[in-house]
Amino acid sequence: MIKSIKNWILVVLASSLLVACGQGGGGSGSKKSKTLDNTKKAGFVKCGVSQGLPGFSNADESGNWTGIDVDVCRAVAAAVLGDADKVKYTPLSAKERFTALTSGEIDVLARNTTWTLSRDADIGLTFVGVNFYDGQGFMVRKNSGINSVNDFRDGISACTNTGTTTELNMRDFFNSKNIKYEPIAFEKADEVVQAYDAGRCDTYTTDKSGLAAQRTKLSAPDDHKVLPETISKEPLGPVVRQGDSVWEDIVRWSLNTMIEAEEYGVNSSNASSLKDSDNPAIKRLVGSEGELGAAFGLDNEWSLRIIEQVGNYGESYKKHIADTNILPNRGPNELWTKGGILYVPPAR
Amino acid sequence: MNLKNLKLNLSNKNKDLIPQVLTVLLLILVVIYFTINAQSNMGNRGISFGFGFLSQESSFDITFSLIDYDGSHSYARAFLVGLLNTILVSAIGIFFATILGVTVGIGRLSQNYLIAKAAECYVEIFRNIPLILQIFFWYFAALRALPLTVDSINFYDISFLNVKGWYVPRFIWTNFSIFFYSIILAIILIIFLTKYARKQRDEFGKQLPILYISFGLLIVLPLLTFLFGGVSLSFEIPELEQLSKTVYVYKGGVSIIPELISLALALSMYTATFIAENVRAGILGVNKGQKEAAASIGLTKGQILKLVVMPQALRIIIPPTTNQYLNLTKNSSLAAAIAYPDIVLVFAGTALMQTGRAIEIISITMLTYLSLSLSISVFMNWYNKKMAIKEK
Repeated sequence: MIKSIKNWILVVLASSLLVACGQGGGGSGSKKSKTLDNTKKAGFVKCGVSQGLPGFSNADESGNWTGIDVDVCRAVAAAVLGDADKVKYTPLSAKERFTALTSGEIDVLARNTTWTLSRDADIGLTFVGVNFYDGQGFMVRKNSGINSVNDFRDGISACTNTGTTTELNMRDFFNSKNIKYEPIAFEKADEVVQAYDAGRCDTYTTDKSGLAAQRTKLSAPDDHKVLPETISKEPLGPVVRQGDSVWEDIVRWSLNTMIEAEEYGVNSSNASSLKDSDNPAIKRLVGSEGELGAAFGLDNEWSLRIIEQVGNYGESYKKHIADTNILPNRGPNELWTKGGILYVPPAR
Repeated sequence: MNLKNLKLNLSNKNKDLIPQVLTVLLLILVVIYFTINAQSNMGNRGISFGFGFLSQESSFDITFSLIDYDGSHSYARAFLVGLLNTILVSAIGIFFATILGVTVGIGRLSQNYLIAKAAECYVEIFRNIPLILQIFFWYFAALRALPLTVDSINFYDISFLNVKGWYVPRFIWTNFSIFFYSIILAIILIIFLTKYARKQRDEFGKQLPILYISFGLLIVLPLLTFLFGGVSLSFEIPELEQLSKTVYVYKGGVSIIPELISLALALSMYTATFIAENVRAGILGVNKGQKEAAASIGLTKGQILKLVVMPQALRIIIPPTTNQYLNLTKNSSLAAAIAYPDIVLVFAGTALMQTGRAIEIISITMLTYLSLSLSISVFMNWYNKKMAIKEK
């Protein structure tokens, strides 16, 4: 009898512990700019990145993250907290990324994520812009005799990542060409590379930037080539949770500032000296004209800090994508004034 | 009711009942709390809840499926494909783990030093390495070791093994149903025969060679259908085809993908070590006197193992082995790492990503594993009861 009461007390204690835990995790409301308040309180920006994609988000031996996606996180940190290094990076698989964002584990998702209608509208997410225009392509062995997607025949096997738009595009593509194929989808990119390298599949398909980056991990990178065709549109960009429009604007305009800065020739080394520029657009960028930061509850030098600490988009691209030989040619990711499609609304 | 009565009641049954009822109530409250919490949070974040997505077109393809499937089918169908693949690899794994486990378990008790040591080494190595590493080892080791399609390992020109899989002939039947019925008929006959043989043994002490007769029936009856029933069987042998300069593929026949082979191999090798230890414990748990008594009435070594030791050992072996079967089934979810399209990769992976319905899909997947495990449990409990000591 005594024993059963003792057991019962234990059960009650354990259950109340559960309830207490539940309360701790619950309820982040939809109050305006709650994310901004929380970020300021925490002292760092919670940013979700990839598990390692050179050029976009990749950690070195000492755990420092670099890449153009990482630069978006750094820009937000510079704007909100004044220090681009105040970012807490969370590496996420393709499968985990949206849940991590909607559950509040991260506040910005900068993880080479394709902007699609269903993702934007359906699952509580908002895409704030595009920081890389990509497209899906195919990599094959150079000696395979395949020189274009038109050389694919029935029975070809294709390796890719699971849980990405790649898987869907692949089906659309092979169906439209009426080719029967064997899809082999892995959870992690590293395993795709190993399987393709071992000859499990004849072609490896993902975003072209990804192919270029992953090719460096193959045992003999020079034995492989990327086919010229691009089979899909993959506008990659940062994502935030739906329902906090102030935070959404901060992330959007942090990215836009980097692109606009390049357009006006403002970079990390000359930004502070351009405070007295004759061009009002430049003066607005470096914070010497207008009160643009006030709209999001930030000071007036938020954009200057982004440019000084992170650099403009061109600097970021050169450092992470071009100089690392991933995609030396900017292609569509060139400014609209130079033949590309990078075009952002004016900051005024 | 007076006070005395109440006291009496409390001291007996109700004293135990009240805490139980309160605990259940508390548990229900906790569940309700979590549900409301999840609902309001999802509401706040603009996420809708519902299972309507299951009938939508999945629009992704799957490498390996036991039923007809492509991207134009629904998510529900994709779920079924994943579930069947999970069941397939678990069934293969359980089958081989049991055979290997029993063999190794008996081997560990062998008088032969070499056999006993080899079995011990096997157990100690494979049960002490994390399963996920073993899966990667078998998969990538196999991929690296196997030849490319064009230099396949050739088994008598009918079966081919290469990095893309193991290609075996496909059976093409005519009048398969007649063949199938003949097997059923054979099984029914065997059941009756076994009963008859047992009666003969119990009443007249006659031993019928029931095993040989059963095998004979199983072979002869289906053979007769080939001769008189119009049943015939032909094979579709895989053929090599060149797709481009250095890309080849086998077409026709059945392809067993390397992901399935290495996953089943890793799961059975790993689980067999635990089953082997169960078997060893079971056999050691049988009193020595039993074996000596059996030997003294003139039973052979094989008969002692089959008639005296095993029936008693099984009572010790079955319950922990049930756990191992359950573990194997749940461990098969590691398939996602090597692209074997099981329920976790297909449904809790790709489908979750494409629809974003995390709560719905994870609940369905959890419930599925729960039902799978419970079915195995129910079956093993039934078998355990059958094997238990029947007190007379």
